[in-house]
Amino acid sequence: MKKEGQIRIPSGCAISGIINKDGRRIDGSGISKSIAVMHDRSNGLGGGFAGYGIYPEYKDYYAFHIFFTDAEAKRQCETFIESHFDIINQSELPTKKIPEITDEPLIWRYFVTPRPAKLLESQLDEEEYTLRCVFVMNTRYSGVFVFSSGKNMGVFKAVGFPEDVARFYRLDEYAGYSWIAHGRYPTNTPGWWGGAHPFAILDFSVVHNGEISSYDANRRFIEMFGYKCTLQTDTEVITYIWDYLVRRKKLTLTEAAEVIAAPFWEKINAMPDKDRERLTYLRTAYPSLLVTGPFSIIVGFKGGLLALNDRLKLRSMVAAEKNQTVYIASEECAIREIESSFDKVWAPVGGEPVLVRLNGDLS
Amino acid sequence: MPINYEDNIYEVIRNRERCINCRVCERQCANLVHKYSAETGEMVSDSMTCVDCQRCVSLCPTKALKIIKNINTYRDNANWSESAIKSLYKQAESGGVLLSSMGTPEPYPVYWDKILINASQVTNPSIDPLREPMETRVSLSRRPQNVERDGEGNIVNTIKNALTLSVPIMFSAMSYGSISYNAHKSLAIAAKKLGIFYNTGEGGLHRDFYEYGANTIVQVASGRFGVYKDYLDAGAAVEIKMGQGAKPGIGGHLPGEKIVDDVSKTRMIPKGTDAISPAPHHDIYSIEDLRQLVFSLKEATNYTKPVIVKIAAVHNIAAIASGIARSGADIIAIDGFRGGTGAAPTRIRDNVGIPVELALACVDTRLREEGIRNDIALVVGGSIRNSADIVKAVALGADAVYIATGALLALGCHLCRSCHLGKCNWGIATQNPELVKRLNPETGSVRLINLVTAWKHEIEEMMGGMGINSIEALRGNRLMLRGIGLTNKELEILGIYHAGE
Ligand code: SF4
Ligand code: SF4
Repeated sequence: MKKEGQIRIPSGCAISGIINKDGRRIDGSGISKSIAVMHDRSNGLGGGFAGYGIYPEYKDYYAFHIFFTDAEAKRQCETFIESHFDIINQSELPTKKIPEITDEPLIWRYFVTPRPAKLLESQLDEEEYTLRCVFVMNTRYSGVFVFSSGKNMGVFKAVGFPEDVARFYRLDEYAGYSWIAHGRYPTNTPGWWGGAHPFAILDFSVVHNGEISSYDANRRFIEMFGYKCTLQTDTEVITYIWDYLVRRKKLTLTEAAEVIAAPFWEKINAMPDKDRERLTYLRTAYPSLLVTGPFSIIVGFKGGLLALNDRLKLRSMVAAEKNQTVYIASEECAIREIESSFDKVWAPVGGEPVLVRLNGDLS
Repeated sequence: MPINYEDNIYEVIRNRERCINCRVCERQCANLVHKYSAETGEMVSDSMTCVDCQRCVSLCPTKALKIIKNINTYRDNANWSESAIKSLYKQAESGGVLLSSMGTPEPYPVYWDKILINASQVTNPSIDPLREPMETRVSLSRRPQNVERDGEGNIVNTIKNALTLSVPIMFSAMSYGSISYNAHKSLAIAAKKLGIFYNTGEGGLHRDFYEYGANTIVQVASGRFGVYKDYLDAGAAVEIKMGQGAKPGIGGHLPGEKIVDDVSKTRMIPKGTDAISPAPHHDIYSIEDLRQLVFSLKEATNYTKPVIVKIAAVHNIAAIASGIARSGADIIAIDGFRGGTGAAPTRIRDNVGIPVELALACVDTRLREEGIRNDIALVVGGSIRNSADIVKAVALGADAVYIATGALLALGCHLCRSCHLGKCNWGIATQNPELVKRLNPETGSVRLINLVTAWKHEIEEMMGGMGINSIEALRGNRLMLRGIGLTNKELEILGIYHAGE
């Protein structure tokens, strides 16, 4: 049977996210509880988390979390890292052996910064340089998968139920101002940890529920610009779209959401001039980045979270607010599990992003 | 010498019991097949000149007529087919080049028929186009590299010259001269009402049709017939015709008999002279020359209109298209070798060029490999026969399609492939006023509108089935396609998996 990456595996899922706008850092047990409530939306074939603000002591360095299938893969990859980055710290990612999680690969973490001479020589900015290096590692070396590459954030994922994944990675020992989580229901057994979510590139991480019908149109577009969809999952391509639109094309997050879940033309044509101009431009300039089919996604980025539903809202998603904390999840029960009363609970409208940022510059 | 005895290809069968000798068929046939014999008081026919256009059959009030293939048989020979022998006789007699019209009838593979479309089940809901919005609108233009903002940070819409289509279908180039005034008028009216575009072809734009300018693509071909300032200004886009799928590498020839009054005025050439388009544009011998023409036309139209470069699908199409994408053109139109023509040398029509499906797939792939696919829009034509062909074309990577033969069929064409004779009984490929009159532009336009509307519905149904509610998400979405009965090489070129994979 083909491994994930060689074949496209559709899956259904559960997602959840929490952010403290005041920057207060909380450990990963809350998010784990929240996603665990939606146990039935996953089937034990993939779970994962991303936390932001978890590495304050290394906040200026890229934190690479990497899966290696064996020591040889690790050796090859490390040679590459050493020649392209200064490694500030490297260690095995702390885990705990539990019966629910088996077959783990070697999981390592590296805090790195691009080697100045190499960076200069590449004529790229630091982020683009790092991104390209990540793609080289993920495509050139078999048995290597860099699944987290941002600063002061980290992705933790595995094959298993999300609550077990949280225990495995000891998420109660990390503290972050925001967390996102994912439980996966793939329609096929991948058995490959890389296929679990969140999917991340640089500071962006994405959890997604749904199956997008625009996948190959999106993939073939984004691959023109140096991105390689090595896992053939929706989430992967969606993550690259965010990176492309926001980091490369300098669109705001809201504008990027307007590309991904663009309003119908009928609606655009009835809008006031300014909005109509902008949306007409965005749909004409980036038609191939429109994402169709059912999806609800939570995007983690430095300093905030963004939640977005497809424009027909074919997947459930609920948001709630209590004091300085905002919760987002596939089902309301996932939010109720960790907080009993709210100032506000609402179901975001299809295609309209919920954007939450830290107050001031706390990231 | 009786070697050249040319027997008729078709035979008129008249049911004497039904025929009421009303002489309708006689009046309808410009090829003079039917005649009333005063002696016998009965109709007689001379099948020699019958082209099987089905006009008499359609109009006979008693359904007394049938046209069948002549069953006279040459000795069977798989190599020397009857038509091969007859063509040879013809040339031995005339010493001339064989002429044909419309697309090649030869049994080349039709890849559209070897591609199947996907639909959603369980993991992803299909969408009902009757209940949910379904978008078929597309914009054709160059797409900008960078986002520009005004002083306040608002995005400035820098895409000013896009062609916006309500459905990804346009009527392909057919010149006034090769087709009739009424055929042109039908296309113009329909394009306007549908919110799409028709194409003048290389024969200029009749004064009466300037009012349809906003839905007109004006063509500039190697003969430059009818090209002047007002003409360029009149259209919504300018198309440079470098080649035509039915006759790649050669020009065109509209015989003097078709250059009647208005045609001569519109083409800006004297009445009765042959209108000859040279094989190449004599100012384009290379890709950098093309760039100059693209920009001359943009200058002439003040950068307000997109420029389309139309090329025939030939072996090296991917590299050529890549050159065009970098020439400043906004849209590339690729015409496949099964495409139609008003007249072409038979041997060229039947042997030169490649199928549009393969051309489209390899061009789209190449432009993506070079990272420039988004810079330019891709339109394909050359035998698009129905809505499923369109869905497949878009999924392979086309922004829109051109239809011409299909549009003529809607107007009544019966594909008799005799356009070059100028005696089209359906009032389409003719300048004979008596024949032209048979096509009513109002009725014609309604039929075109019906056709495109029906196809739009079908496209929406298929999109909905795939869970896609905007055609933009279908473009280049090759995972929605599977091949059937194709070799690995064919699948590789088309960039699709085989059914079952
Ligand atoms: S149109 Fe029909 S009925 Fe009339 S003369 Fe011809 S064959 Fe006879
Ligand atoms: S346009 Fe007229 S002459 Fe040409 S194929 Fe059609 S029916 Fe025949």
